Amino acid sequence: MIELKNIVKTFNTKNLNIHAVNDVSVTIEDGEIFGIVGYSGAGKSTLVRIINQLEKQTSGTLIINGEDISKLSNNQLRKKRQKIGMIFQHFNLLWSRTVFRNIELPLEIAGVDKETREKRVVELIKLVGLDGREDSYPSELSGGQKQRVGIARALANDPNILLCDEATSALDPETTESILDLLSKINDELGITIVLITHQMEVVQRICQRVAIMSDGYIVELGSVKDVFARPKHEVTKRFVQNIDSGKNIDRLQKDLKALYPNGEIMRLTFMGGNSDKPIIAGAIKKTGLLVSILDSNINHTKLGVMGFTYLHIPNGDESKTNEFISYLVENDVKVEVV
Amino acid sequence: MEFLSNIDFDQLLKALNETLYMSLVSLFFATIIGLLVGILLYVTQTGGLYENKIVNRVVDVIVNILRAVPFIILMILVMPFTKMLVGTILGASAALPSLIIAAVPFYARLCVIAFIEVDRGTIEASKSMGASNWQIIYKVLLPESLPALVSGICVTGISLISYTAMAGAIGSGGLGNLAYLYGWVRRNNAILYVSTLIILIIVLVIQGLGDYIVSKIDKR
Repeated sequence: MIELKNIVKTFNTKNLNIHAVNDVSVTIEDGEIFGIVGYSGAGKSTLVRIINQLEKQTSGTLIINGEDISKLSNNQLRKKRQKIGMIFQHFNLLWSRTVFRNIELPLEIAGVDKETREKRVVELIKLVGLDGREDSYPSELSGGQKQRVGIARALANDPNILLCDEATSALDPETTESILDLLSKINDELGITIVLITHQMEVVQRICQRVAIMSDGYIVELGSVKDVFARPKHEVTKRFVQNIDSGKNIDRLQKDLKALYPNGEIMRLTFMGGNSDKPIIAGAIKKTGLLVSILDSNINHTKLGVMGFTYLHIPNGDESKTNEFISYLVENDVKVEVV
Repeated sequence: MEFLSNIDFDQLLKALNETLYMSLVSLFFATIIGLLVGILLYVTQTGGLYENKIVNRVVDVIVNILRAVPFIILMILVMPFTKMLVGTILGASAALPSLIIAAVPFYARLCVIAFIEVDRGTIEASKSMGASNWQIIYKVLLPESLPALVSGICVTGISLISYTAMAGAIGSGGLGNLAYLYGWVRRNNAILYVSTLIILIIVLVIQGLGDYIVSKIDKR
């Protein structure tokens, strides 16, 4: 468990003091994938670096597995860091070392003997799917492969926490998916707590269970990904959630649809995960016999099931049937708003 | 052939030996000491592994001063020290202290440039793995800057060869001395040209060798 209590980080420059992290308190549970989202400059990079003390907080307490980290000596802190893996946006591999030797580095640092090191590296290479690339240099690898090396390296000393600093931001969408799948697999199989910072809401939606939204150094919203997506409260969160609605501006979309379909009802269905395999809309149509048309839709398949929205148009008609239609959807955990 | 008959080959060989001796020995020491001074400058700079403004400033000023003094004057200034250390101010060995003193700050500066080029991200990554500062230096900083360190050795070596030629002017021996004393003062053109040619070849060999090694170790 990672407990951050009233963490403040202030950078003092000549002319002004920058409050990168402002009174952040959050508890990250063992084995969860926790996302921290924010625009650049929101303080998320600093916050994640406080967890492994690459940055020291100005005030506040950091407790990892019951241990107050600020009370550790430098030596103890280094030992602790060996149990907290970290991966980076730009991978930060050593160009002078092969894949094998890059993954070996943290083991060398931890003072593991050569034989054990080699066995462990072979395991890790298999785990991240880089068989056959052991002797390549980073310059010979694609971005996705480099991040796999980064992940293998971060896992070398069997950490219980993995910090991901914009780990997929430099990758194309397809590679991002494969890296996220790998992180998911690691979380499932090894039970490692993952703290992931990103500005890509899709990433959070895909693999995180809980998310914190950061803005100006504050956590402005915190909760399960499901809740935060379904009911974004803070302005920044709304902007992020809107962005994944296929980049459309919800207000404009709704206005456009209303103009196109002046008669009848337009409804926005929000899917918040769960019953992903049930044909819910079809079920409602079958039950009520209403002939609806789908106007727009954006559905994402995530760890928590189907998430996203669909706009339906119900032609003028039977009000009781429309109500029946809506209540069927609500019973099936779909949020319905009449536009 | 008649032209070459003006050359005493034993003398030429002896001079070549002296030049190689002076440059290689001073390069060896300058590389080691310069590397240490370079590391000291790098780690004590602002944001460095052992940030220390005072040490950094003092070393920086000393390096700058030594770099600023022209070699021919430095040699003269170092003479008392040389006399104390070597017992004489003449001959190849007597040239070593001033050559090393001139080359150390030169190479140290090149080392700092090489270290600054190392991606700070890799240093941050090794910190996140729990590396000690010493581990960061020898497992990350040095290997990641190796090509620049090697080409720095070449540049320093080439500078040292021209310094040895200058040292020849105040009696250290070597090809520079030969070219000056026998080639120029005694108007023996054959010696002047041949010793110059040999110096040129040595420089080209060092440069070629350096480039080759760098291309072999640079995997970027």
